[in-house]
Amino acid sequence: MRPGPGGCCCRRTVRANGCVANGEVRNGYVRTSAAAAAAASQIHHVTQNGGLYKRPFNEAFEETPMLVAVLTYVGYGVLTLFGYLRDFLRHWRIEKCHHATEREEQKDFVSLYQDFENFYTRNLYMRIRDNWNRPICSVPGARVDIMERQSYDYNWSFKYTGNIIKGVINMGSYNYLGFARNTGSCQEAAAKILEEYGVGVCSTRQEIGNLDKHEELEELVARFLGVEAAMAYGMGFATNSMNIPALVGKGCLILSDELNHASLVLGARLSGATIRIFKHNNMQSLEKLLKDAIVYGQPRTRRPWKKILILVEGIYSMEGSIVRLPEVIALKKKYKAYLYLDEAHSIGALGPTGRGVVDYFGLDPEDVDVMMGTFTKSFGASGGYIGGKKELIDYLRTHSHSAVYATSLSPPVVEQIITSMKCIMGQDGTSLGKECVQQLAENTRYFRRRLKEMGFIIYGNEDSPVVPLMLYMPAKIGAFGREMLKRNIGVVVVGFPATPIIESRARFCLSAAHTKEILDTALKEIDEVGDLLQLKYSRHRLVPLLDRPFDETTYEETED
Amino acid sequence: MATATEQWVLVEMVQALYEAPAYHLILEGILILWIIRLLFSKTYKLQERSDLTVKEKEELIEEWQPEPLVPPVPKDHPALNYNIVSGPPSHKIVVNGKECINFASFNFLGLLDNPRVKAAALASLKKYGVGTCGPRGFYGTFDVHLDLEDRLAKFMKTEEAIIYSYGFATIASAIPAYSKRGDIVFVDRAACFAIQKGLQASRSDIKLFKHNDMADLERLLKEQEIEDQKNPRKARVTRRFIVVEGLYMNTGTICPLPELVKLKYKYKARIFLEESLSFGVLGEHGGGVTEHYGINIDDIDLISANMENALASIGGFCCGRSFVIDHQRLSGQGYCFSASLPPLLAAAAIEALNIMEENPGIFAVLKEKCRQIHKALQGISGLKVVGESLSPAFHLQLEESTGSREQDVRLLQEIVDQCMNRSIALTQARYLEKEEKCLPPPSIRVVVTVEQTAEELERAASTIKEVAQAVLL
Repeated sequence: MRPGPGGCCCRRTVRANGCVANGEVRNGYVRTSAAAAAAASQIHHVTQNGGLYKRPFNEAFEETPMLVAVLTYVGYGVLTLFGYLRDFLRHWRIEKCHHATEREEQKDFVSLYQDFENFYTRNLYMRIRDNWNRPICSVPGARVDIMERQSYDYNWSFKYTGNIIKGVINMGSYNYLGFARNTGSCQEAAAKILEEYGVGVCSTRQEIGNLDKHEELEELVARFLGVEAAMAYGMGFATNSMNIPALVGKGCLILSDELNHASLVLGARLSGATIRIFKHNNMQSLEKLLKDAIVYGQPRTRRPWKKILILVEGIYSMEGSIVRLPEVIALKKKYKAYLYLDEAHSIGALGPTGRGVVDYFGLDPEDVDVMMGTFTKSFGASGGYIGGKKELIDYLRTHSHSAVYATSLSPPVVEQIITSMKCIMGQDGTSLGKECVQQLAENTRYFRRRLKEMGFIIYGNEDSPVVPLMLYMPAKIGAFGREMLKRNIGVVVVGFPATPIIESRARFCLSAAHTKEILDTALKEIDEVGDLLQLKYSRHRLVPLLDRPFDETTYEETED
Repeated sequence: MATATEQWVLVEMVQALYEAPAYHLILEGILILWIIRLLFSKTYKLQERSDLTVKEKEELIEEWQPEPLVPPVPKDHPALNYNIVSGPPSHKIVVNGKECINFASFNFLGLLDNPRVKAAALASLKKYGVGTCGPRGFYGTFDVHLDLEDRLAKFMKTEEAIIYSYGFATIASAIPAYSKRGDIVFVDRAACFAIQKGLQASRSDIKLFKHNDMADLERLLKEQEIEDQKNPRKARVTRRFIVVEGLYMNTGTICPLPELVKLKYKYKARIFLEESLSFGVLGEHGGGVTEHYGINIDDIDLISANMENALASIGGFCCGRSFVIDHQRLSGQGYCFSASLPPLLAAAAIEALNIMEENPGIFAVLKEKCRQIHKALQGISGLKVVGESLSPAFHLQLEESTGSREQDVRLLQEIVDQCMNRSIALTQARYLEKEEKCLPPPSIRVVVTVEQTAEELERAASTIKEVAQAVLL
């Protein structure tokens, strides 16, 4: 998006040698496949036997077609113009004002919101608001029941018709392994614990809310991750935002991926450490920041940094990309930084045994200093964990904000996690967990391949169960969401501010619970809607890259 | 005339050139070239001169040694080894294998193991499973969530309520949703940690006033008013908030809400009220501190509370007018970016609300019990009771500190441990000493619940008294 730091990018030409690499220029900077990156990257001296990757790493981000980009901007322009017009009409009471207003008694207070803050909500979001917060009234499994609602005032308010749209194919929930169920061993175990313990805890871990169940869970999580110890928290978001401040502080440096989740960003901010951002999954950008940080030290005082913490996610939930973990670990080792890996989406969903992105690349969990993840997604529960060395966990037990001030996990939720985790580990005596992991991997490959064949622009890694399909234009966000629901498929559509302004997209989350038949139905409908809305932007420029040189932006000043 | 002189000068110059010695000319030539070089060379930069060579950089990288990720924790750290509770943390609690009467969990109304609550949660579990597998925006909104929001709004007599999946995240997300950089927040010194984190995330200017001291608050507000008159343009866009707690977690005291409301209108500052301890406790129907004082709830801009104390579930909620609350649905970070509350916990909270509505007498019972133990605990030599007599959670602090916090904590822990041996489960109030803005003195927190009988309260008081005497004297 922006030129590299310091504007010192020199352009080099690299040949991708002998591998299928489909890195393409996107918004001015390059994302490449592993083969190209390995060839180009500056850390080739740590690569052995031709690469750090034990398996092909195919990640694609097809360039936004120029015409589409222009039309998208025009679309936003028109929307903004009409927004102003309607605001004008509302101001003069020509158009009816639906939004809630300030109390009469407080009209002379400084207004609670800045007007432009709500311009977007009022004039753009409101038009397509029916695509979000759709209330459901069943298990968020492969199929889901949605409560029908209707708006008679252009989405300002909704009325429930009382009808239920039954059996909608659920492509939106993070139910990767299909553990969101209301029958079976997990539910039975959770029910038993619920009757024994109740639902609440009414105290914090450090005071008197540390149940035997919590200890059992933590011991299991540590075993599952292959680390010395682990600690569990009541909320995934808070796991990040309340523990990063315990690890770093003033005089420390955080290197954070530009697309990191809000919880990581909040945690980094609350810590008081200096934050620097590197380009998404771009190892040259990361290495440059690491090198500069150590060489130049802290700004102004030039003192060396106390420590450097790299924050990355396993799977990026809006991009569908997988972190280049082998390279990150090589860099982290070379520069003596610490690594904080957020596996919110990848734990359970990646790797031959479902142990997340570390397992996927066949790496050693010891190389990741802080293994963080959530129980919300693959385990069908709620909460988060941190795993690592015993010293780390001991420190967190004494210093984590969560452990001191927040209520601990609800016992039935804990039991759900324990049972589902044991199932994935195969400790329940069945191969069910293993099959789920395999099914998910198969579904992912199949679904992604078919969508690409249809001509959609699909972002991300071919093994990532998060599948973003590019819509670009603001009007198509609403249209796609509605058309899919009409065809009994629930999808997630996202636009600005969750994505860059022109990169609105739909996102599918695959699940092991999806059968081939469900996927085929969904694919057929997506194909149809894709034609209807002209979403098949891909130009299939999969030119054999053997002889196609392509530019790469690097952030290296010198070649060593 | 003028031209003649000029010509003469020119001639003289040319002549001087002829006459000048060669070395002179060469020197001048070099000087001129040097000037030209200086003119056209790159501007002089300090940085360039100190440019490091690749080798030097590599050496620096080689030499740098980071601090360890975390410092080692001493084996005897008071917070390292948690108490282990086996079984439910209800009225009777098994701590480290010993059965005690629970005076530590915030289970004020005894709803934690209420069979009706359990049955409602179980029914929900059988319908929805455990997790929601998504944030509210993306198929994580269940009908139970909408019901609960509706019920909470009705219970609190406000237009709208919004639920969060974690108590701590509620106020910590709500504050930064409204208060931004440049805004001013007046906050009580005794405010709990969640408020402190919310304020930190908001990056607003924070003005601390003395605990429950309205004169001090007014002084700050006045100062701000004078400041605002100097710069009216800035004042027009600077929002002012007063953030207080209903019952303070750290002191057990109640906030003087009527005065706060007066100040609110006088100085045009909005009030955010944290009611985690007072919700379901104060007021005739458990409506909290507004009901207690008989204040119109619309005078409070935002009320936030968690559902982890009186309601004995998990999560939190904010309520108030739609104009205020609705904003959080897109701006409350803990709401937008987190998975929603498991439906079984929402169902438990709904059932707890039902029970509260059906038995309004329960709140008077709780108050009576608070008064009883409060009275019984007066006059222990060495320990003082801190907190209102109507607060179900209050503190026992050392009358005189030994001078070192560590030693104080050890003494109090000794009292807690010995009480535990005599079947009274208590806990110290835990704080992160380095993180708290105004660190409260160490204390034992006593929690009263409706399940505790008069005899048990009496027994607890006398046990604490005896143990304290043995330890402190």
